[in-house]
Amino acid sequence: MLLLLARLLATLLHLVLVFALAPLLVGVVARLRARLLGRRGPPVTQPYRLLLRLLNKTALVPETSTELYQIWPFAALSAMAGAAMLVPSFSTGMLTAPLADFITLIGLLSLTRAATLLGGLETGFGFGGAGAARELLFSLFAEAALLVVLASFVLIAHAFNINGIATVFASGHVGISVSLGFALVAMLAVALTETGRIPIDNPAGHLEVAMVHEALLLEYSGRYLALFEYAAMLRLMVWMNIIATVFFPFFMARAGEPLTWPVGLGLWGAKLAVMGVVLPVFEVSMAKMRVFRVPEFLGVAILLGVLAGVFLFVAERIGA
Amino acid sequence: MSLSFSLAHMMGGLMLLCAFALLSQRRLASMIALYQAEAFTLTAAALWQGYAQHSPDLYATALITFVIKAMALPIGLRHMVLRFNLIRAVETVMPVGLSMILGLGLIGVAVLVVLPTTLNAASLTREDLAIALSVVLLGFLVMAVRRNAVAQVIGFLSTENGLVLAATGMPGMPFVAELSVALLVLLGFLVVGVFLFRLREHFDTLDLAGIETIERRGR
Repeated sequence: MLLLLARLLATLLHLVLVFALAPLLVGVVARLRARLLGRRGPPVTQPYRLLLRLLNKTALVPETSTELYQIWPFAALSAMAGAAMLVPSFSTGMLTAPLADFITLIGLLSLTRAATLLGGLETGFGFGGAGAARELLFSLFAEAALLVVLASFVLIAHAFNINGIATVFASGHVGISVSLGFALVAMLAVALTETGRIPIDNPAGHLEVAMVHEALLLEYSGRYLALFEYAAMLRLMVWMNIIATVFFPFFMARAGEPLTWPVGLGLWGAKLAVMGVVLPVFEVSMAKMRVFRVPEFLGVAILLGVLAGVFLFVAERIGA
Repeated sequence: MSLSFSLAHMMGGLMLLCAFALLSQRRLASMIALYQAEAFTLTAAALWQGYAQHSPDLYATALITFVIKAMALPIGLRHMVLRFNLIRAVETVMPVGLSMILGLGLIGVAVLVVLPTTLNAASLTREDLAIALSVVLLGFLVMAVRRNAVAQVIGFLSTENGLVLAATGMPGMPFVAELSVALLVLLGFLVVGVFLFRLREHFDTLDLAGIETIERRGR
């Protein structure tokens, strides 16, 4: 009973932290990026202000749109919120752990993308269509890469569950394997694509012909736009959590033992801080890719995923 | 799985990653940077092997690798690119995606060749040998799919990195062999430099297509 209570508390703490800190993370990344470019940058609380401002504005509905126009923002946010609940942050073994299947997670992320795409197509407006076409092109390759990488996780950890994978990897029996290194690189490429960061898409860009994610949301305003924006902020948080949980699960807290929480929380903060610094540094040192180069970039990710699998089979055969 | 093996293995994997990335790059500057990263990793791998095998020879190998391959050669290559004012984007013979798939196939070949032929060796060195052979084959592939002479030189150097990786992983490789290979590479680089200089004087380009047309005409 006490164990259940502790797990419930850990889950609630996870939910509060993830949902409350997602805009802050985006704000920190934006601020650091501006500083690296020699500008002062917006305050780190800017995303919260953006959400508040959008919530107070009137939402306009285009005349050419259907009734579904108002549904897509809710669909996108709820799927993303589901994903945010499933991915562990500071501790393993939360109440949501049995549901945190990797395939489910991929499905939820695709659902968010599908809702955003349909929202972009809703008004029949040119940029929305162009953005949707690009987003679909990218996601086709990104999801293929993700599934290939997932195959090697399953081969190593014998678990489909992100919680189970983290537990196995944290136990240290896996060691440093070449396959995991390849999988990490492939995963980072997919994460950059999914979160729309710089070599793929410019999050600060407002040039219609070059943007992907922003183009889909051009016709949305007010609280609907706020929902989409919040979903995008959560998405960065979710991806950072996925990478932190799968590749650096060491010393993560266990939900049933509250004494391990402080260490887990501290480490989680440190992991987010490191990734929040590495991401803008990476972004300012890269140039944005041409749209038709992106499949090539993701093709490399797919091949690395395959390579990870190949070396796993090699390791299996020679019994190393 | 011991730490000594894990670390050596990880460095081998990093080198393979660099060699693979070399195949996907279109720009000379990033190819040189990747080659430099590969050489740095090789230095670290040689140092670690020297520590693990308690052989001071390997420290010397690491020093040679660091000075010649990680420092002198990339600087020389960059100097060459600047001096000759080369077009920085390299032309490829085939689409990059196709060459990457070929590269993956070559890695498969390396694995399939090494595993049956080294049945008697200790199981831990076998995978490292497979990685080293993959790096060598990928270097050859880079030489095959690039039209630019400097890019081909980088492929050649990457091949040699793979050879040294294999040599450091095997206990009992005499130091003289490694030293002579390193010096050979340096000499080869100088010869290639002169060759490129002449090539440019004659054709105004480092694209080997110029030579091919002459061959076709039969001079």
